[in-house]
Amino acid sequence: MSPRLRWRKFVSGFMLTMTGVCALVAVSVLFLILGYLAIHGGASVNWNFFTKLPVPVGETGGGMANAILGSAKMLLLATLFGVPIGFFGAIYLAEFSGSTTAFFVRYAADLLNGVPSIVIGIFAYGLVVHPFKQYSTLAGGFALGLMMIPITLRSTEEFLRGVPNPLREAAMALGASKWKTIATVIVPAAYRGILTAILLAFARVAGETAPLLFTALGNQFWSPGWTHPTASLPVMIYTYALAPYDDWHRQAWAAGLVLLVLILVINIVARAILSRGIAVPRS
Amino acid sequence: MATTTTIVPSAGPVAGSRSFLSRLREGDEIARMITFLFAASVVLVTVLLVFELWQGSVLARHKFGFNFFHTSVWDPIFEQFGALPFIYGTLVTAAVALLIAVPLGIGAAIFLAELAPARVSDTLEFFIDLLAAVPSVIYGVLGVFIVVPLMRQYVQPALKHSLGFLPLFQGPAYGVGFLTAGIVLAIMVIPYIISVSREVLLSVPRDQREAALSLGATRWESTWKVVVPFARAGIFGSIFLALARALGETMAVTMVIGNTPTISASLLSPGYSIAAVIANEFTEATGELHTQSLIELGLVLFLLTFLLNGFARLLIVTTSRRGSGMGNV
Repeated sequence: MSPRLRWRKFVSGFMLTMTGVCALVAVSVLFLILGYLAIHGGASVNWNFFTKLPVPVGETGGGMANAILGSAKMLLLATLFGVPIGFFGAIYLAEFSGSTTAFFVRYAADLLNGVPSIVIGIFAYGLVVHPFKQYSTLAGGFALGLMMIPITLRSTEEFLRGVPNPLREAAMALGASKWKTIATVIVPAAYRGILTAILLAFARVAGETAPLLFTALGNQFWSPGWTHPTASLPVMIYTYALAPYDDWHRQAWAAGLVLLVLILVINIVARAILSRGIAVPRS
Repeated sequence: MATTTTIVPSAGPVAGSRSFLSRLREGDEIARMITFLFAASVVLVTVLLVFELWQGSVLARHKFGFNFFHTSVWDPIFEQFGALPFIYGTLVTAAVALLIAVPLGIGAAIFLAELAPARVSDTLEFFIDLLAAVPSVIYGVLGVFIVVPLMRQYVQPALKHSLGFLPLFQGPAYGVGFLTAGIVLAIMVIPYIISVSREVLLSVPRDQREAALSLGATRWESTWKVVVPFARAGIFGSIFLALARALGETMAVTMVIGNTPTISASLLSPGYSIAAVIANEFTEATGELHTQSLIELGLVLFLLTFLLNGFARLLIVTTSRRGSGMGNV
């Protein structure tokens, strides 16, 4: 072997090893994050965390029950607002629309998807908070729902398009009208993908903080109804982590752990539904 | 909508040309209209968003004009608003992030696409996808409690000791600052670079590799001199995508950048970013002009990410077309 060839082989082996190191470093970050959160937050996740209100500065203990409920309420609103628009919009794109309309809708969705979340916050502030002069659960849910629209829309459309055409033709040949074909054949055939898309959209907005800062604001107490400022888990993590109190830091870690586990579990479930296909009984 | 005429002569038994009325009876027209309303609302919301950012910043745009972008006094009391320190901070942190994330991300993508067996590659990609799902506030918490102390105690003193003669690494080691924010951002955008680059590399036709190897190239040479250049546009796309994310990222940056409007050559210095100043000041803005200036910053951020995202998508689509167009993958 000539020295030149030996050198080339050495470079090849070295560089390829380095790419492996890069991959290892990138993936290990996930386990570092999980590890740190488990170590620092694990001890503080207890029954109180889920059932008690935050306590005033100086006292130890307390929990984030109001933030958990606040997050749940806003995510419910977001799902009720974002998913129907994404879902039915996708049906229009995949089954009804001509190419010009579809282009504009897709373009708008992609644009919306790329908007930084803080800008979504400004938008929701101007549209919902400012006119009513009131930070509210409603405004927070609206901001999160906006972010769910493009994710649900684009992936649902893709899965609908993935349904083979013979299925459509067979249904129509049997005399079904178009909407009946969509409702009874096409959507059921794509439901796994659609469910995955919705779950991923949900997981994505569940951890969003920036859009909530000036829509839901925050609250140390329960937030009655839908028109008052409300606490949420992500915002609580943010405020508690930056506060100068050790007990709050402990709580921030705990909340971080709860939030991350929730999001990762939803992600894993969503992917499992899509890939291996958990047997969900179909009517 | 395509069907606006009410009377269409029924042209026989062909399914596509049934009359409007018969389609209405079967519910097709109704379904079409309802779904159209949902689809149209997406466009409406987006137009509204742009309109509101534009309208909401009208005072600030008229008062400061172009000065907004190149003056650095940000004074809510005297109502003087210049955004240069924030723009500077946003660009510097994003640049640091890319400097770290691009080599690491592309290296990892090469490993996943070219070297790793399919099962290993898919498993690692699964972890990378999970990493992309970690919310930014979590990165912020880890940044505040883990990265900042590490930077203050070890990394920054070491940098000053070894490279302190460069203006980049001078001044006291606060822990927070441009460098720290850049590092946290890098960790956040690496998953995006890996995912997209891996896809693009996988779409490079197999015969490209085989041709290179058969001519006597080593494995690395075939990867670096043939496969990567083939996928170049798509890889650049992934980088622009990551850049757009880095520019718009709020929480993690706000928590570790130091929130001080400074323009300093030193990466160790605390700074501020566009998204961070909006997050910190929006609810407490004292006057109309203050709020409007913050909204104008939002508009700037929106335009930047809009351009970058569009460009990135274009590049990625071009590459995957090129790959699939050449067949036998």
